[in-house]
Amino acid sequence: MEKAIRRYWPIFLAPTAAAFVIGFLYPFMHGLYLSFCKFITIDRASWNGLKNYIYALQDASFRHAFWFTAAFTVVSTVLINLAAFAIALALTRAIRGTNLFRTVYFMPNLIGGIVLGYIWQILLNCVLSLLSKPLLSLDATYGFWGLIILMCWQQIGYMMIIYIAGLQSIPSDYLEAARIDGASSWQILWRIKIPNVMPSITICLFLTLTNSFKLFDQNLALTGGDPNHASEMLALNIYDTFYNRSGAQWKGYGQAKAVIFCLLVIAISSIQLRATRSKEVQQ
Amino acid sequence: MKQRSRNANRVLSILLGILCIAWVYPVFMILFNSLKEERAITTSTAFTLPTSETFAGLANYIDALQSKNFLTAFFFSLVITVTSVALILICCSMCAWYITRVKNLASKLCYFLFVFSMVVPFQMLMFTLSATADRLQLSTPFNICIIYLGFGAGLAVFMFCGFMKSIPIEIEEAAMIDGCNPLQTFFHVVLPILKPTLISVGILETMWLWNDYLLPYLVMDRTKGYITIPILIQYFRGSYGRVEMGPMMACIMMTILPVIIIYLLCQKHIIKGVVAGAVKG
Repeated sequence: MEKAIRRYWPIFLAPTAAAFVIGFLYPFMHGLYLSFCKFITIDRASWNGLKNYIYALQDASFRHAFWFTAAFTVVSTVLINLAAFAIALALTRAIRGTNLFRTVYFMPNLIGGIVLGYIWQILLNCVLSLLSKPLLSLDATYGFWGLIILMCWQQIGYMMIIYIAGLQSIPSDYLEAARIDGASSWQILWRIKIPNVMPSITICLFLTLTNSFKLFDQNLALTGGDPNHASEMLALNIYDTFYNRSGAQWKGYGQAKAVIFCLLVIAISSIQLRATRSKEVQQ
Repeated sequence: MKQRSRNANRVLSILLGILCIAWVYPVFMILFNSLKEERAITTSTAFTLPTSETFAGLANYIDALQSKNFLTAFFFSLVITVTSVALILICCSMCAWYITRVKNLASKLCYFLFVFSMVVPFQMLMFTLSATADRLQLSTPFNICIIYLGFGAGLAVFMFCGFMKSIPIEIEEAAMIDGCNPLQTFFHVVLPILKPTLISVGILETMWLWNDYLLPYLVMDRTKGYITIPILIQYFRGSYGRVEMGPMMACIMMTILPVIIIYLLCQKHIIKGVVAGAVKG
């Protein structure tokens, strides 16, 4: 049977593989190459060695964007996962209206980042102006917390759904046995529920970490990096280096930044997956 | 004991209800602001409901439809989403079947590359991708689906492969022995079994495609007026001068509304799709 299928590769494998080369592999390789070049248009690139990387690492705005992104990622990951897990615990108890709550909490995920960003910009600016505080685009601290609020609003529902699925898949005999043995609900939570939803925790941590670290649309729409690049995250900083500055050197710097960014994302996701996978228990 | 836990549940219900209101409020706020007159929408009055003086009826909506290109953007968004999702579902399920059933170096390498592509951020290839698309003339809404097939293949192939490993191979073997060629086997035997996964992948890809901003913004030829809804909304802010808040809110509302209606109609599938995607991911 394998042989018969193998002969059909032009139909089964080739279309996706060809599109993959056009849409991912070739641009990826080309981008990697260009990160060592000086160029404005792709056709006229001259070799530049490691200069782009050295400049990218020396760029103060890039370093600032890195710390901003790192802080944002940590805070949003912790908040989103704690809140989502707490809501999931509440919704797996026998209370009325569980379906309604779940439906409403998940809703923001369907709204795109740009639209979300503008909705929250209007809302938060109104709150700030009523409190007579500076607007979002004038103060990076408010920009930071605005992004956190936005991200929580969008992502809690998604993670909650995954946690609920995890909690519901715990065999009920485990919980019953623990209760008969006299475990308190606190002990049940720590000794039974959390170890058994470890796979869900792995997934949710992975998703929130990478989503927050790669955030672009929401950042662009909510603050646009204002004031003066202070609320700029890495993805937006790279975009800005590419398209908003004139001069022969910038595109090369931008591409080098993009490679560094890419390596960071790969490193974070593999470390995180390894760390939490080791804590999972077999059911 | 019972009484206590019932009270706890009641308190929880109330808390969750309050949270619910906080979750719906932003959308509600956009709705009533979109019904206000332009001059009544300022930063400090976004929370006030429209009064009889500031109520504008559907004027903002009519303006958005007539002069702000909303229908064009909506049409292009729809074309891109439908063609790309259809292409991704068909091509990636075929590709995933090949990868799981044929064990050779090529299929292993493909699988590794697909998984790798899921992690790489778009910024890594945005510049080169838009240049490549431009050179291959893939910069219209009608053939950008090829780019999306390539860039979105990772997640789809990964999910299909995860599910396909659990299909017993005997069913396919039986079909082949009865005289089906691989194409017939795939379309008559494998695809029907795959239906739940097709729905899950379709939903995840639709959620991504409908809201994607940067890829169409960079790849499509904007001088020919090819825009999608996120690009249109970004344009309201990007252009110089005063932002036209009224039509912008109307556009946002008309963008969200169909999505929410579809969500309410088939939320069971959507939530199931998200869970399936997460477990496989």
